[in-house]
Amino acid sequence: MDIHEYQAKEILAKFGVAVPQGALAYSPEQAAYRARELGGNRWIVKAQVHAGCRGKAGGVKLCESEHEIQDATNDMFGRKLVTHQTGPEGKGIYRVYVEAAVEFNREIYLGFVLDRSTQRIMIVASSEGGMEIEEISAQRPDSIVRSTVEPAVGLQEFQAREISYALGIPTALTQQMVRTLQGCYRAFRDLDATMVEINPLVITADNRILALDAKMTFDTNALFRHPQVAELRDKSQEDPRESRAADRGLAYIGLSGNIGCIVNGAGLAMATMDTIKLAGGEPANFLDIGGGATPERVAKAFRLVMSDDNVEAILVNIFAGINRCDWVAEGVVQALTANPVNVPVIVRLSGTNVEEGQKILAKSGLPIIRANTLMEAAERAVIAWKNDRKQNTTVRAI
Amino acid sequence: MSILLDRASRVIVQGITGRMAQFHTKEMLDYGTNVVGGVVPGKGGETLFGIPVFDTVKQAVAATGADTSLVFVPPPFAADSIMEAADAGIRYCVCITDGIPAQDMILVKRYMMRYPRERRMVLTGPNCAGTISPGKALLGIMPGHIYLPGNVGIVSRSGTLGYEAAQQLKDRGIGISTSVGIGGDPINGSSFRDILERFEADPDTHVICMIGEIGGPQEAEAAAYIQEHMTKPVIAYIAGLTAPKGRTMGHAGAIISAFGESASEKVEILSDAGVTVAENPSAIGETVARVMAKRAA
Repeated sequence: MDIHEYQAKEILAKFGVAVPQGALAYSPEQAAYRARELGGNRWIVKAQVHAGCRGKAGGVKLCESEHEIQDATNDMFGRKLVTHQTGPEGKGIYRVYVEAAVEFNREIYLGFVLDRSTQRIMIVASSEGGMEIEEISAQRPDSIVRSTVEPAVGLQEFQAREISYALGIPTALTQQMVRTLQGCYRAFRDLDATMVEINPLVITADNRILALDAKMTFDTNALFRHPQVAELRDKSQEDPRESRAADRGLAYIGLSGNIGCIVNGAGLAMATMDTIKLAGGEPANFLDIGGGATPERVAKAFRLVMSDDNVEAILVNIFAGINRCDWVAEGVVQALTANPVNVPVIVRLSGTNVEEGQKILAKSGLPIIRANTLMEAAERAVIAWKNDRKQNTTVRAI
Repeated sequence: MSILLDRASRVIVQGITGRMAQFHTKEMLDYGTNVVGGVVPGKGGETLFGIPVFDTVKQAVAATGADTSLVFVPPPFAADSIMEAADAGIRYCVCITDGIPAQDMILVKRYMMRYPRERRMVLTGPNCAGTISPGKALLGIMPGHIYLPGNVGIVSRSGTLGYEAAQQLKDRGIGISTSVGIGGDPINGSSFRDILERFEADPDTHVICMIGEIGGPQEAEAAAYIQEHMTKPVIAYIAGLTAPKGRTMGHAGAIISAFGESASEKVEILSDAGVTVAENPSAIGETVARVMAKRAA
């Protein structure tokens, strides 16, 4: 789960990481007012969206008067910010963060991640701050400092000092850097984060180490023990279909194709998408309805997939293991009888009692296209989708 | 022979009184698995399907000689249960639970290192379908009847894709020595490489079928191991060629972050290591059959 920059800064500040003075605003007037409260004569106004690379997309503005703040935020509020991390649909701006501008001499990249190779928390840092870590690792791989944390004892001071020296931070600031690193680590560990990123961490003109930006992502599996973190969820930053699916216990990700997928199991769902592509189609979504595949879940899945206007055919691929195919088939028939769909439906069942399942589908009288293998199902889905499209075009032409 | 699990395995189920656990314990008993006990704190002294329930794993081990455990405990408490099994001298543990916090798993892995190698528990999962040695024992939630006994070893991150492979093999009359689910979580008990080592050493496993997906370094690590140490043929399938970059596909593990983690890179790395990669999931069975025929010739 992602949170906003201002929320990440509030959290990190509690763990001893120094951040600039700032204030949140929900309107241009409020932004101007908050700037006056902060004092000074130069401010940075930052759109609060769950994505990086906001600067290049016009989501970060330097302002030198309250009028400039009002103008800048007028442009931001209500707009969708499109950065290369948001996807083409962008993310809505409903909050801005106003900060006193800071003079600085150096930018550092600092990241904490879960490293799957060592199965530990890893610190990744670079003296080349300000760029994205992908760019840094491509252009200046030598500048990257890595350090893993032994989980039994946590991040040790010597490790933090080593990182500080490796980044070439002046000796007078070593203690501040150690405090920053340990603060980030403790926030990561105590709150079950999966990522903490400060880019840039700067050395200010008056020799302070300050987090100018902050991103935190949390382990959704651990939210049960952090209600204060769970509260920070901002649904305005999520794809509405994905949020709706998640609230109903379905894992859904919208894509840009036309063939909707309903599958049990994440691996099989990905394999189904791949097979559709191989057969010459494009999947409209990833959808894992879970191992159980009960009739209720199948019905929910149909409603969810059909809520995407791009869907022009639906492929159902269920491996019935413990559940039997006849039972899953009943679910499909019930769902389609209660909510008829106007696109071709291709069903491939596999596993226990597959023959009975096929019989139920055949007897239902519903126009269901059946298939035995996944490849066959994908090929039939693509053919049905193309034919259906042709027919519809003809009808429209008449 | 088989790996990790056989007729002699004495199995306890941690969290046996839960609804899911009861259902699957019954399935395991029907399959012929030697389930000797259950563990649920506070329910010691009860019985279920004629099996005694204990308060602690240590009590269960002392009373039944259990050496294998299946963990069905809800996510907030699962890590604690795995560590309890490791401490009580359980040799092999499968954790089915989906949704364990990643940092809990970091601590579990660290905790298991306390024990010298010869006494260290082997863990597979969490977030997996379990392990089955067909005709001998079933430890998990998979449908037992889709697995024929035989000589193909299966190791899979995904549950249902593993079933898909087993069913395709059964349709061709091909059997399985052991099928191991290693689970979809970013921090898991055993990696592909760990299981491949066991299959390489198992005389009854002739061919290995490995089913991976996008995200994580374990397929690339497996490729390096296969190239350097394996004599047995390996067939692989990797899911997620069409998965958009940077998105999580249900499994917390399936996040693309470095080279060797996208599906196409994994296919390339495995092919370079001499692995036969099935192009689509419907071709897993025929690819295994082809490799087996070549091996027999």
